[in-house]
Formats: sequence, structure tokens, C-alpha cells
Amino acid sequence: MTPRPDVVVTGLGAFSPIGADAPTTWEAALAGTSGARTLDNDWSEKYGIPVTFAATVVGDVNERLARPEIKRMDPSAQYAVIAAREAWADAGSPEVDPVRLGAVVSSGIGGIHTTLDGWDVLRERGARRVLPTTVPMLMPNSPSAYVSLDLGAQAGAHALVSACASGAEAIGYAVDMIRAGRADVVVAGGTEAVIHPMPVAAFAASRTLSLRNDDPAHASRPYDVDRDGFVIGEGSAVLVLESAEHAAARGARVYAKLAGVGLSADGYHITSPEPTGKGQIRAMEMALADAGASVRDVVHVNAHATSTMVGDMIEARAIRHLFASEADHVALSATKSMTGHLLGGAGALETLFTVRAVADRVAPPTINVENPEPDLEVPLVRDTPAQLPDGDVAALNNSFGFGGHNVALIVTNA
Amino acid sequence: MAYTSEEVLTGLAEIVAEESGQPASAVVREASFTDDLDIDSLSMMTIVTHAEDKFDVRIPDEDVKNLSTVGDAVDYITKAQG
Repeated sequence: MTPRPDVVVTGLGAFSPIGADAPTTWEAALAGTSGARTLDNDWSEKYGIPVTFAATVVGDVNERLARPEIKRMDPSAQYAVIAAREAWADAGSPEVDPVRLGAVVSSGIGGIHTTLDGWDVLRERGARRVLPTTVPMLMPNSPSAYVSLDLGAQAGAHALVSACASGAEAIGYAVDMIRAGRADVVVAGGTEAVIHPMPVAAFAASRTLSLRNDDPAHASRPYDVDRDGFVIGEGSAVLVLESAEHAAARGARVYAKLAGVGLSADGYHITSPEPTGKGQIRAMEMALADAGASVRDVVHVNAHATSTMVGDMIEARAIRHLFASEADHVALSATKSMTGHLLGGAGALETLFTVRAVADRVAPPTINVENPEPDLEVPLVRDTPAQLPDGDVAALNNSFGFGGHNVALIVTNA
Repeated sequence: MAYTSEEVLTGLAEIVAEESGQPASAVVREASFTDDLDIDSLSMMTIVTHAEDKFDVRIPDEDVKNLSTVGDAVDYITKAQG
């Protein structure tokens, strides 16, 4: 039996609330930039929506896509295609047999702008006015399908859905595709576009959003004692994953290795994480074992940490429990403090950050933590980036989703 | 209020250009939707939906297949009004 292929990251792309491409997004993260801003609309007056801000993408899709592309894709797919094209170019536009190229791009929610706009058209103007493009735009596999179409990827196009863990699960599945020998190169990531009054109202109804309307830039504050919920965000991040052999054969620049994937489900509650974090711990343990790494190797954790009162500390305690005293040398970052919560895009964007952190040996900051939780027993990178050690290192990215989905990814140096 | 044939051509050209990415100037009467403007069936049905809305006409599916050129569509829409 041939040994399991190593999977490396050779391309990065992003379209996010803090940058219209991956390098800008990373630099903005290192600089501690908030992507949360007041929304320029009347949703509060018109519908009584209690949240008036979000982390919206900073780029203009009109500058990145042709007009017919914009009309044919829901914003969730538009963001994914923009990020995928950047990642592909960043990887050097590899020559790869189309049947050995895959696409795995997830959205947690799907094409909800299209769904709701189509419903508005139907109610107001009747069935003859509903566009024939509605179904291919609203289906949740649309971003994956469009990325596959764009690149001619024929090894498989997949869209795993696990709420806010979707982007990380997509990357995990892409790793599996390469390891299983189904593909040499897989373009993988996550996307979301939910800044529409209905989903914003619905998230607000679930009492998970921050209501700090008077100060959006300081609303997302994971681990701060005064946190009051997450900041809803949008955007996409996409990575090019490749078998190490394929990357080496073409002399590709390698950022890092995607070394371990861990997955579990809480089987506990549809929205609340299991209080002891045992499901999260199992995912982290599985990812470490999959990478052949131990907690001693982990120098950096990009936490799921969304800035909710309950969730942040369940994860922090789970990390402390698993790492025990080894947690003392971990640089913990909660980048949602800057980007807001990209839902299905979050796990991918945070994997991108984790890859850059390992490649550049620097952990991004966690902003807005004025008074850290007193029982946070993992060293938090606050305000300014922290240098990571030289030598062989591992970093962990956690992503959890409504439904009890837990995904842990281990990134190691190339 | 009925549109003239020229007005229908201008309006249809805007719709087709928006859908296809071709310049409106390429949407001439002689142009074939499939061969010259690269319009697939999904795009054609989208154009029909927009055209029905813009010109306040009904273009049944069985008639759409007979509209091979822009001129065919312009004539059909012009005639179908009011």
C-alpha cells in the first residue's frame, strides 16, 4: 500500500470584511483592524431589527466579476468565485488534469438573497416574473458548483454543510479527497452572504448577536467579560490544497501542511454547545492524532470564539483540559474579534489565518479584550501580534456550528 | 402604449447585453441567439422573463423555440403588444 499523501497549501484567496484579497486581509488582521460597521439601511425603523451593524465585505464585486457572472450567482457564490480565482492565481495556476482537480466550497446558509428575492418577486409580481436562474442560484452547492465550473474541476464538487463549521469541514473533506487518491489538487473553502434583513432578524431572534449598535468596531470581543454576542459577517476564503508530491513536482511555493483533520458531533442540542466541551475535545484529539502531533507541538490556536457569553469559555476550558499545562505555551487568537463571524466562511478564513501564522511565525491579535475572563487559562494574544517559535510547529484551528458540529484542523510548517 | 419595432430592439438589446456580457451594439436583428450571442437555454428563458416584464407581453414557451434571431424576437414582441 502506498503511503498516505501529505497535503500542502499552495494558494490562498479571500474576500472579507477586512480585505478584498488574502494578503490585504492578513495584513489587516495583524494590524488589528475591525471589519464591523454600521449598516446604511432602514431595517431598524422598517422592521424593528435590533442590530444595526455587521461585518460587510470591503471589496466591490463589480470590480471583480463580469456583469453576467454577477447576475447568475448569488452573492455567496460571487464571493467564493472571487476568492477561488485569487487562490488559484496565488498557487501559480497549476497545470492539473481536470479529472484530478476537485472543488469543495461550503456555505452554511446557502443562497438566501436569491431565495428571499425570488419569494418577493413571486408575491408581488407572480410566477411569470420568477427568474429561471433562481434555483441554480439558491441551491447551497452553488458556490462549489461555480468554482468547479470556473476552474473546470472534474474530480468532484462538494458542499458540506455544518453551519459555522462548514468552511473548515470543506477543507477537511478536501484533505480526505487527496489522501484517498481521488484528486491531486482541491480548491476548498467557505463562503457566506447573509446581510439581508431576514437572516439578520433571525440571528437576532436567536439572541446570539451583539447589540452594541453604538460602537460596532468594539462589539466583537471574544473572552472579554463584557461580550454580548457575535457580529454577523460575510465573505469568503478559499485555499488551494495539493498533494505534496504534486506540489513538489511543479516546484510550487508551499505555505504550510494541512496535517490533521478531526470531526465530531455533540449530539446534545441544536444550538447550545455541550457544556463540558467533550465533543470539541474529541475533534481536537482526532486532529492531533491524524497529524501525528501532540499538544506539545501546538504553539498557536485560532479559536472558534465568536464572542458569545457561553460558547467562548466552553471552548477555552476544552482547550485547557486537553492541553493541560501545555496550554501555557499556546498563543490563542480569536480573529472573529476583527472579521466578525463569517458563518460558513469562518472556518476557511481562520484556516487561512492559521496557515499564514505558521508560515510567517506570527499569531494575529485578538482585539477589544479590555477585561479578559478571569478563568481564561490559555495565554491570549491581545492587541498586537505575537511571534511564534522557529523550528517544527503545529497550529490548531477550531470551528463549531449550530447543530453540534465540531471541526478541528491541524496546520504544520512545510 | 405600444413600443415601435426600433424601441423593442433597443430595449431587448439592453436585456441581452446584460445577460450575455456582449455589447448592446452586437445585438442586431440578424444575430442568432445561440450562434452569435452565445445564449444558452437558461439565458434565453431569463431574457424572455425580462422581456415579458419590460414590454408587457406574454411569450409562451412553445413560441420561444421559434425565436432564433434577435429579429425574430423583436417582431414577435412588437406584434404581441396590446
